[in-house]
Amino acid sequence: MGTFLTQLGDSAGNIGAAILVTVEATVLGAILALVLAFILGLLARSRFLVVRGIARTIIEFFRGTSLYVQLFWLYFALPVLGFQISSALLCAVIAFGLNFGAYGAEVVRGAINAVPKAQWEGAVALNMTGFQRMRLVILPQAWIGMIPPFNNLLIQLLKSTPLLSLITVADLTFEGQQLRAATGQTALSYLFLLVVYFILAYIFTLLMNALESVAKARLGRGGGLRGLFRLREADPTGRSAGAGAGGGA
Amino acid sequence: MVLFEQVVKRFGSNIVLDHLDFSVAQGERVTLIGPSGSGKTTILRLLMTLEKVNGGVVYVEGQPLSHMKRGSQLVPANERYLRTVRKKIGMVFQQFNLFPNMKVLDNVTEAPIHVLGLSKEEAVDRAKQLLDLVGLGDRINQHPTSLSGGQQQRVAIARALAMQPDVLLLDEVTSALDPELVADVLNVLRDIAQSTTITMLIVTHEMQFARDVSNRILMFDKGRIVEEGQPDKIFSNPEHERTQTFLRAVLEER
Repeated sequence: MGTFLTQLGDSAGNIGAAILVTVEATVLGAILALVLAFILGLLARSRFLVVRGIARTIIEFFRGTSLYVQLFWLYFALPVLGFQISSALLCAVIAFGLNFGAYGAEVVRGAINAVPKAQWEGAVALNMTGFQRMRLVILPQAWIGMIPPFNNLLIQLLKSTPLLSLITVADLTFEGQQLRAATGQTALSYLFLLVVYFILAYIFTLLMNALESVAKARLGRGGGLRGLFRLREADPTGRSAGAGAGGGA
Repeated sequence: MVLFEQVVKRFGSNIVLDHLDFSVAQGERVTLIGPSGSGKTTILRLLMTLEKVNGGVVYVEGQPLSHMKRGSQLVPANERYLRTVRKKIGMVFQQFNLFPNMKVLDNVTEAPIHVLGLSKEEAVDRAKQLLDLVGLGDRINQHPTSLSGGQQQRVAIARALAMQPDVLLLDEVTSALDPELVADVLNVLRDIAQSTTITMLIVTHEMQFARDVSNRILMFDKGRIVEEGQPDKIFSNPEHERTQTFLRAVLEER
């Protein structure tokens, strides 16, 4: 125990840097995933069969294949074919972005479909273009429904980052293993990793909850940032509050 | 102004409008009455281009609405064409359909800014005037969800008028309201009917209101007009048996 804590103290700098790498990969991967989720999710609703077909194929492919294999493909297989991605971290960000973007596309599509039909009709009656309907009316409402599932995906993405250590990146898991090698304390080293990942995941959750509260307050629901640290209840306002203004069938 | 020519609308095997012919003149206020399922709301939805006809043609100001001209033929309208004809029509819905992501003022200004290309100042001026007209000038910064149903519906009326349509469609605008809120909405509409020359097509079960504002009543049953005439005649002395039973049922209800 004593040697473990001493070693932990000695490698604090490395561990700090490793946490930053893990957070960096998570955040960059999430940004790419978010962009792809919107592009693919919107294309998957296209009127044109070809566009829809292409989007669906991409979504199903990246959802249906293992992240682990995708990452190894980018890092080990592409160079064999003559394409070298400049850094291992970039490989990981691309793999995370594609994989979680595919999941996120379904979140975007589902949330858009959940906006009441009455809202589309209200926008048509004001003679908005298809793009204006989406930008001014539908997406600002659909966005709130996306935040909780996006939060799930973000946490899953964070928990996928230990894959980084398999492609030579000194992430949090890599440093945890270094700690274990240096001290021989297997249980403590992995306990340490569990705790740090949990703390990181909880920070992300709090940030996403804040985002959700702000988004809800903009729709005139909920009390903004108040009550953020309370345990979540079964959504008492629910989507039906939006339907009050949005109307039924 | 509005002309339906042999219009057919089906939902599956259910024929909602059966070779319907009728027209509404510029500035006329026409109320459609009849039992539910008789096709009244469908007529408004066809005019707002929320539904497509299965047969016949709908014209607005002599221009086909459901179709567009290609050479000498009429083909079903595409979205780009619809945008050019739809601007003449405004609609107020039973369930208001206000946008909960926008404050009251933005509900009324967004479309004029983005669709009509008005400057922000112009749109805000117009919106404030209209919101004053409907008695909500002091609510412009509130969320629609914080308003009563009657207030929301009055915002929706202002929102529709802000687009300066030639034809205003009112689809059972008081049916979703608590009884004590109905009067406010109807009074606003009476004001608008009196102070403007806008053409109105009204679907309502408020017979006194229909009597007050309409020039003409159309009685529908099973997708056809069974009787039409001036409000006094229809309400005091209906000829058709279907009209008599319908009015008796509606008036007894209250």
